[in-house]
Amino acid sequence: MDRSLFSFIWKNSRKQQLYLLAVIVAAWPVGFLVLELPKAIIDRAIGGGGGGPPYSASLLGIEVPFFGDQITFLITLCFAFMGVVVVNNGLKYYINVYKGRLAERLLRRLRFDLFSHVLRFPMPHFKRTSQGELISMITGESEQVGAFTAGAYADPAFLGGQLLVAIGFILAQDWRLAVAALALYPIQIYIIPKLQKRVSALAKRRLRQVRHLSDHVGEAVSGISEVHTNDTAWLELSRFTDRLAKIYNIRYELFRRKYTIKFLNNFIDKLAPFIFYLIGGILVIQGNLTLGALVAVISAHKDMSAPWKELLNWYQQREDAKVKYEQIVTQFDPPGMLASGLQLDDAEDQGPFEGDVELSNVTLIDEDDVQRLSNVTFKMGLDRHFAVVGGGGSGKEELGQLLARLVFPSRGSIRIGGQDLTQLPQAVTGRRLAYVAASTPLQAGAVRDNLLYGLKHRPVRAVDYDDDGQRLWESDLAEAQLTGNAPFDYAADWVDYTAAGATNSEDVFGKLVEVMDVVDLSNDVYQMGLRGTIDPIQRPEIAESVLSARNALKDRLQEDAYRDLVELFDREKYNTNATVAENLLFGNPVGEGFDMSGLAENDYVLQVLDKVGLRDRLLDIGQQVAATMVEIFADLPPGHEFFEQYSFISSEDLPEFQALLARADRETLTGLSDEDRVKLLSLPFKIIPAQHRLGLIDDEIQGKLLEARQVFAEDLPASLKGAVEFFDADKYNAAASLQDNILFGKLAYGQAEASQSVGALITDTLDQLGLRGSVLAAGLEFNVGVGGSRLSTVQRQKLAIGRALLRNPDLLILNEATSVLDPATQSEFVSRVLAHRKGRAVIWMLNRPGLAEHFDRVIVMRDGRSTENGAFAELNSNGGVFADLLKSAA
Amino acid sequence: MSLNEEVELLRNIPLFSKLEGSKLKLLAFTSERLTYEAGQLLCKQGDMGDAAYIIVDGEAAVLIDSASGEIRVASLGRNDFVGEIAILCDVPRTATVKAESKVVALRISKDLFFRLVEEFPQMAVEIMRELAHRLEATTAQLREAKSA
Repeated sequence: MDRSLFSFIWKNSRKQQLYLLAVIVAAWPVGFLVLELPKAIIDRAIGGGGGGPPYSASLLGIEVPFFGDQITFLITLCFAFMGVVVVNNGLKYYINVYKGRLAERLLRRLRFDLFSHVLRFPMPHFKRTSQGELISMITGESEQVGAFTAGAYADPAFLGGQLLVAIGFILAQDWRLAVAALALYPIQIYIIPKLQKRVSALAKRRLRQVRHLSDHVGEAVSGISEVHTNDTAWLELSRFTDRLAKIYNIRYELFRRKYTIKFLNNFIDKLAPFIFYLIGGILVIQGNLTLGALVAVISAHKDMSAPWKELLNWYQQREDAKVKYEQIVTQFDPPGMLASGLQLDDAEDQGPFEGDVELSNVTLIDEDDVQRLSNVTFKMGLDRHFAVVGGGGSGKEELGQLLARLVFPSRGSIRIGGQDLTQLPQAVTGRRLAYVAASTPLQAGAVRDNLLYGLKHRPVRAVDYDDDGQRLWESDLAEAQLTGNAPFDYAADWVDYTAAGATNSEDVFGKLVEVMDVVDLSNDVYQMGLRGTIDPIQRPEIAESVLSARNALKDRLQEDAYRDLVELFDREKYNTNATVAENLLFGNPVGEGFDMSGLAENDYVLQVLDKVGLRDRLLDIGQQVAATMVEIFADLPPGHEFFEQYSFISSEDLPEFQALLARADRETLTGLSDEDRVKLLSLPFKIIPAQHRLGLIDDEIQGKLLEARQVFAEDLPASLKGAVEFFDADKYNAAASLQDNILFGKLAYGQAEASQSVGALITDTLDQLGLRGSVLAAGLEFNVGVGGSRLSTVQRQKLAIGRALLRNPDLLILNEATSVLDPATQSEFVSRVLAHRKGRAVIWMLNRPGLAEHFDRVIVMRDGRSTENGAFAELNSNGGVFADLLKSAA
Repeated sequence: MSLNEEVELLRNIPLFSKLEGSKLKLLAFTSERLTYEAGQLLCKQGDMGDAAYIIVDGEAAVLIDSASGEIRVASLGRNDFVGEIAILCDVPRTATVKAESKVVALRISKDLFFRLVEEFPQMAVEIMRELAHRLEATTAQLREAKSA
C-alpha cells in the first residue's frame, strides 16, 4: 500500500487527473466570457461605446467586429451571453460529476485495499487491533480522504496557473509593482506551513482519540453484560466523558489554530492594498507613477488574491487528508502480513494430498518473544487419527493453528504430502485442510448457507440474468475492475458441490443431512423447521406435504389416546382454546394491517362488531373482566409475577382501571370517553375461554363471534386483503409455522402432557409420510442471526464442525472444538466423527485426555514440547505424563 | 367449569374454607386445572417439585419406590391435598402420584402456595394439622411394622 497519499492518487488516477485538468483549463475561457460579455453588452451595445457602427466587442483580449445595427448587436450579444451561461454551467456540472466520480472511485479502491489488508493481517495482530478502530478507519476516516482526492492535482495546477497568469500580467505592466504585489507572499509561504504543522499534529491526536472512542463503544457493546452485572455504568460513562473531553480540548485548540491561519491569511491579503494605497499613492503624488498603473496593479492584485486564497485553502485540506491517509495506512500494514498471492491466487487442482503430515523441529516464538513451541517433530499418515493432549499453555492450541496455517512457524518445517505448508496458497490449504477452533462465529444467514460456507471459494455458476440484470452486472464488473475491486459476482452460485461429493443444489441435501447426523444437529434443525415458516410459493412441495400431514394427523387425533388433546380449527365452530381475537380473525395477521393486541382500536374490526351488534356486549364483558381482575389482583404488590403470567391488566395499569370502573359505574358504559372504551374493549379480545374460565364468553357470544368471523372475511376491503392469512383446512398458511400448519388447531388446555404427546404424534406422522426431509429442508432455512446468536453455543459449534466435515478435507484439524459440548455426550460425539472420517486424517486437540482412547495415536504436549507419542494403551500403562494427565482429569 | 363454580368447589376443601372470596378466585384463576387419564403421573418420585395438587375429582395412588419394589402408601380422592412436601422443604418428590381413574386436579404453583400461607395463618394451621395427621399415621404404620 502506498505510504504517501499523493503517490496513491497519482498511481491510480493519473490519466483522469490530467483529463480533469484539461477540462478545467478548457472551461476557463468560457467562465471568463460569462464575466466579459455583460461588460461588452453595457459598454458597447447599450452604451454604444466606440460611437456607432461598425460595432465590436473585446472578448478574451480580441477585438471581435460586428456588422449590423445596434439593436441586432445587443440581441446577438445577449444570446451569446445566454449561450455562454448554459455552456459554462454545463461544464461546471460535468466537472463536478467527474470529480465526484473520480473521488468515489479512489475511495472505493482505498476501502477495498484496506479491507483486503485486514483479511491478510497476521493472526496475532488481531489481539492488538480493535475492531471498532478498524471499522472507523475503513468507513469514516477514509471518506474524508476520498473527498479530497479528486482535486489533489487539478485544483492546485489550475489555481497555480491562474496565479501565474495574474503575476505575468502585472510583470508586463510594471515589474516593480509585481514585486510589491508579491512582497508579502514569502511571509505567508514561510509562516503558514509552520502553523499548519501544529494543526496537523493536533489533527493526528484527534484522530487517535476518535478511534479510541469507537473502540470504547465496541468494547462496551461486546461486554454489556459485565456493565450490567458489575454496576459499572458510571465508570463506563465517565470513561466516555473523559474521551469526549480530550476530543473537545483538541478540537478547540484545533479550531483556534486553524482560524488563526485564516485570520493571518485574510490580514496579509488586505495588507497588500494598504501598501499599494500608501506607497503607490505617494509615488503617484510625487509623479513617479501614473494613476492608471496603480489602479491596474490594484485590480491585478485582486485577481491574484482569489486563486491564492483558494490555493491556501487547498493546502490546508491537503495537510488534513495527508494526516488521515498516513494515519490509516500505517495501521493497515503490520509486519508479517500474509502475502497477497498466498490468499488470492488460484491453484491448479492437484487432487488430494497423499503421504504424510510431517513436522520437523517446529518452533514458534510469539510476538512477545515467548517460545510457545519448541522443536516439535512428528509424522502422521494421511489416513490416521491423532489426538493431541496437554494442559493449558502446553502448546497444543498453537500446534493446531500452525497446522491450519493460521500462524507460521518461526523455525522448522511442516510438510504435507511432501509440500511445504507455508508455500501453499489458501486455494489449496483452504480446500484440502479444514480447521475448527473452540468457538466459531457464524455468518448471518440460513443454517444451510452456514453449512455450505466452506464450499464457496470462487463463483461456480453465473446468475441467469435477464437483459437489464446482465447490463447492470456488466457495468458493475467494469467499474470493479477499474477500481481494483473483486471481479466476481457475489450473487452467483459459489457452492462447489463436487467438493462435497454432490452434483447440484438438490442432491447436496443428502450430504447436509449426513453431516448433521454425524454432529448430532439434525434434531435441532428439525425443531427449527417445525417452528419456522416457509414460503409456499417457493417451496410448493413442502406446503403440499404439510397439508397431507395435516390430514393424517387429523385422523390420528381421533384415536383414544389423543382424543381431546387438540381443538382443531373449524370455520363453523368456536375454538375455546384460542383467544377471542384469534377466533374473530380466524387467521394470522400479515404485515401492519391488524395488530393482535390492538384490535379494539382497529376501525374495520369495530365496524364488523357493530354490524353483528357485538360491540356493546364486548364492552360489557370488558367491564366484567376488568372488575374481576381488579378484585383478584388488587392486593398483590405491584410488579408481582402473577401480573405478567396471568393478569389481563398490568400492575401499572391496574389503578387506572380501578378509576375507570368507578367512572363506568357512575355514568354507564355509553357515557365513557373513547379512550376508556378502547381500554375496556381491548380486554375481551385476550380471553381464552378454556383457560381463563371466566364464564363470560358464553354460547350466545360465541355464536355472535362466529357471525362476526364470517362478516369479517366477507366484508374485508381491498386495502386489507392480504393483511390476514385465513385458516383454511385445505390451504397452507404462509404466516404460521410449519408446526401450526400441521396441527391446524390449538392444544387443549388442562390436558396433562398434551404438548409432549402431540409433539411426538406430529413427529411420528411426519416420519410415516416420509416428510422428515421436508421439515429438515425448512429448518435449514432458519436464520441463525448475527454471528449465529440465535443458536446456542453448542449448536454453533456443531454447525462449525459439520461445515468442516462437509468439505471432506484431506486433513481435519479440531482445536478443542468440542469443549462446549456436554461432557457426557463428548465421547459418543468423538467416535461418531471419527467413524465418519474413517481412512481420512484427523488431528484433534482434545480438552479431555480421556477421549484419546478413540484415536490411533496420542501426542502429549507439555511446555511447548511433544513429550510423549504413542498408542493410548501404551501411554496409559507406562506411568508417564499422559497417565498423570488422565488421572488428574478423572 | 367456570371460575365461580371452581371457587365454590375450593370453598368445600377444608384447607381453603376460611379464605375470603377474592383469594379463592385468585387461587382458582392462577392455578392450572389439569385432566389426567388413568395411569398418567401427577408427579414422579425424585423429580424436583414446583407445585402442589388438589384432587378435584377422581382417584389417585401414592406410590413409593423401595428396594423391594413399588409400595402403595396411600389413596387420594376428592379434596385431598398432595405434593406439598417437595415445595415446603425444597427436596425432590418423595413419592409418585399416579391417577387411578380419570383425575381432575388443580395445580398450585409454589409461589402461590407460599403467598397464601403467608397471608392466611389460618391456612398454615390447616396444613400443620394435615401434616400432623399424616405423621401420626406414619408413626402408627411404623409401630405396626416393628411389632410385626
